[in-house]
Amino acid sequence: MAAGVAAWLPFARAAAIGWMPVANLPMPVAPTEKNKKQDELIVLNVSGRRFQTWKNTLDRYPDTLLGSSEKEFFYNEETKEYFFDRDPDVFRSVLNFYRTGKLHYPRYECILSYDEELAFFGIVPEIIGDCCYEEYKDRKRENAERLMDDQEDNKDSKLPNMTFRETMWRAFENPQTSTMALVFYYVTGFFIAVSVMTNVVETVPCGSVPNQKEVPCGERYTVAFFCMDTACVMIFTVEYLMRLFAAPNRYRFMRSVMSIIDVVAILPYYIGLVMTDNEDVSGAFVTLRVFRVFRIFKFSRHSQGLRILGYTLKSCASELGFLLFSLTMAIIIFATVMFYAEKGSSSSKFTSIPASFWYTIVTMTTLGYGDMVPKTIAGKIFGSICSLSGVLVIALPVPVIVSNFSRIYHQNQRADKRRAQKVQKARLARIRLTKTESSSAFLHSKRNGLFNEALELTQLPYKMSLSEQSSTKEEQHLGKSSSLLESQHHHLLHCLEKTTNHEFVDEQYYQQSYLEGGLQNYPQRSPSLSSQDGVTGTCCSRRNKKHNTPLRNASGPAHMQPLTHTQTHNRGLQELSTIHIQPLSTSRSSLNMRIDEPASLNCQSSQITTAIISIPTPPVTTPEGDAHLPTGPSHQNVVKVSAL
Amino acid sequence: MDSRRVVTVSARVDAAVSSTDSVEDELELSTVRHRPEGLEQLEAQTRFSRKELQILYRGFKNECPSGVVNEETFKDIYSQFFPQGDASTYAHFLFNAFDTDHNGSVSFEDFVMGLSILLRGTVQEKLIWAFNLYDINKDGYISKEEMLDIMKAIYDMMGKCTYPVLKEETPRQHVEIFFQKMDKNKDGVVTIDEFIDSCQNDENIMRSMHLFENVL
Repeated sequence: MAAGVAAWLPFARAAAIGWMPVANLPMPVAPTEKNKKQDELIVLNVSGRRFQTWKNTLDRYPDTLLGSSEKEFFYNEETKEYFFDRDPDVFRSVLNFYRTGKLHYPRYECILSYDEELAFFGIVPEIIGDCCYEEYKDRKRENAERLMDDQEDNKDSKLPNMTFRETMWRAFENPQTSTMALVFYYVTGFFIAVSVMTNVVETVPCGSVPNQKEVPCGERYTVAFFCMDTACVMIFTVEYLMRLFAAPNRYRFMRSVMSIIDVVAILPYYIGLVMTDNEDVSGAFVTLRVFRVFRIFKFSRHSQGLRILGYTLKSCASELGFLLFSLTMAIIIFATVMFYAEKGSSSSKFTSIPASFWYTIVTMTTLGYGDMVPKTIAGKIFGSICSLSGVLVIALPVPVIVSNFSRIYHQNQRADKRRAQKVQKARLARIRLTKTESSSAFLHSKRNGLFNEALELTQLPYKMSLSEQSSTKEEQHLGKSSSLLESQHHHLLHCLEKTTNHEFVDEQYYQQSYLEGGLQNYPQRSPSLSSQDGVTGTCCSRRNKKHNTPLRNASGPAHMQPLTHTQTHNRGLQELSTIHIQPLSTSRSSLNMRIDEPASLNCQSSQITTAIISIPTPPVTTPEGDAHLPTGPSHQNVVKVSAL
Repeated sequence: MDSRRVVTVSARVDAAVSSTDSVEDELELSTVRHRPEGLEQLEAQTRFSRKELQILYRGFKNECPSGVVNEETFKDIYSQFFPQGDASTYAHFLFNAFDTDHNGSVSFEDFVMGLSILLRGTVQEKLIWAFNLYDINKDGYISKEEMLDIMKAIYDMMGKCTYPVLKEETPRQHVEIFFQKMDKNKDGVVTIDEFIDSCQNDENIMRSMHLFENVL
């Protein structure tokens, strides 16, 4: 329950009076406050700074240090205050959490010291409020990266156990690791440059044979260029195969952009080898050579900036798309307008709308080649409008792209944000879990609460047969097991159940019973067994401790038996017969009743019965039970005989 | 009630009173503060002691710093106690029961008066309060439709995951049982006298009326 609403619990309970005239069943007994004292001020001395608050404020969160009995360890008898040798500045946030229910992260604090303080006081960082959570996560991420960077610097020096393959891969990815890698890096870089230069020079007309027109160098020194090309392609092939061999995940490597560029760079050569000097295909062969220019992209392995540029363009895809789209729209509009405006004039270059596209593009990008100009007055007017709007249309998205680039260039962290989203989902799941804990806590304590009630009814007659010590210990355990607030809240929910004559069950059980078509027929109570209560009560009442009680030997095999017995019964019935709330007078019999348990087992029967109560789902479905509710409060699959 | 003071923190600009500017209206609404009457007066009007009033006010003010609860906040707070179901309809009826002067908000006085009846009142007063809760249109009669609304609201709080599974006609059946018990002259409505009589004759109800007496 949230902090503030704890104060409204008396109101909610009082409002429950509205249900009373409507209910047909008697209401459960309200939990009594055993030691009701007035609210007192607690002094918390944190390194000399004194904080004071009400005790109730701290009790709102019983699973933290300050809310539980753990703070007693810090109690100082002489000064009658709780002394903590911690940072008082951070403690302010911690204490405000108790007061307001929201945890805030102060920006001036170091993330590590804040985390330490939270861990000390037993507060989970996930409940930091939405206002401060972004900041907290960002700082944590930066810190984690800093640690990772430090680790990587250290890691590079450790090498002994890496396989040859792993070493090769690391050499390829980080040229700084060894001299061999560096050599390899420079060699490949050199050959890429050579190959690109070759392609370029190939087409330069060099030296003219007399009486013939100028030929490009490629045709003049065919053999030389061919040898150069072969050498480069061989080196690139060898490099590609080596990378393929060393890659940890070959399939992923083959799909990566760099490897595709590698393949595209060397493929034309091989295709050219394969193809003969056929006239038909030689045209296609020539165009294939264009792909050789992709070798220049291999430089992106050598340049970080190039990689970032490519990455930026990829991430600015939406802005670029918008630019393209708006340009296309404008081009089509203006081309159409210009075509119809110039239709009248003779010898017009605007022969069709697609022909006008060229004019529009050249005008809008303010190139203005002048190969097509409008001649009519209307054409000139629209032409000027076109060029003006071109400036606007291009000027608008470009700053967005530029700012994107600068942001990414400085940040360089898109992948981490994706990781952070997963963390966000995990955080929300964790918060949801704590919320469902409250409802499952009710279901859980409902089972145990039944015994409390039954006990209260039977305490009197059987107390005398017990030693005084043990019964008071029991009471202490009863009181300690759930805070007063919780027990009052559960009493409220219990009253609602009685009013409507339906029970709260958890999701899993509801679906089960829904599928089984609504088990309405549960067995009748056999009042004969209630006469057994007198005898069995003794051993039952002793067992009402939540935490480990040394089990008697008889109970050892006893709690194995339920596992077999449940399988013979209809599952829903099993839970029903033991949990269904009957009028209080027969509740004891319902607790102790087993459907066809031989009445000869006295103590054991009652133990078994109540043990079964703590297994709401039979062991067959235990694994699912585990999966559904992994959190503590609902140990559905644990046979807690001690819950007796 | 007549000594209630509503203090606006924003400057008392007379023009603002007659202005129809929505922005300024919003500004006024958001800065409305409500200070309750003094502790002595409340002590005289209710059956709570000074300390109890202090504890109540602290909780109230913590959750509603402006000093009044509107229906949305009321619903939120009440829903927190019933995580499995939908408590908003019942909270709406409760809100109307607490908001005795029907001005759309529950101030601390309303809150504490209601609690005083519920926790410290006589059984008669509690029954009258419950009757007022059920009588949605405050005409002095509980009709079957009103009771059905209330019943549905209560069953809504249980939520979906119940055992046995909630059926459509369960609230209606429950209303029938209620009317059989309460409507003595079978005229289809329950008057306040029939209500009080029938409740006083039912010992379950009588016993449950004393259930929450030690709440504070």
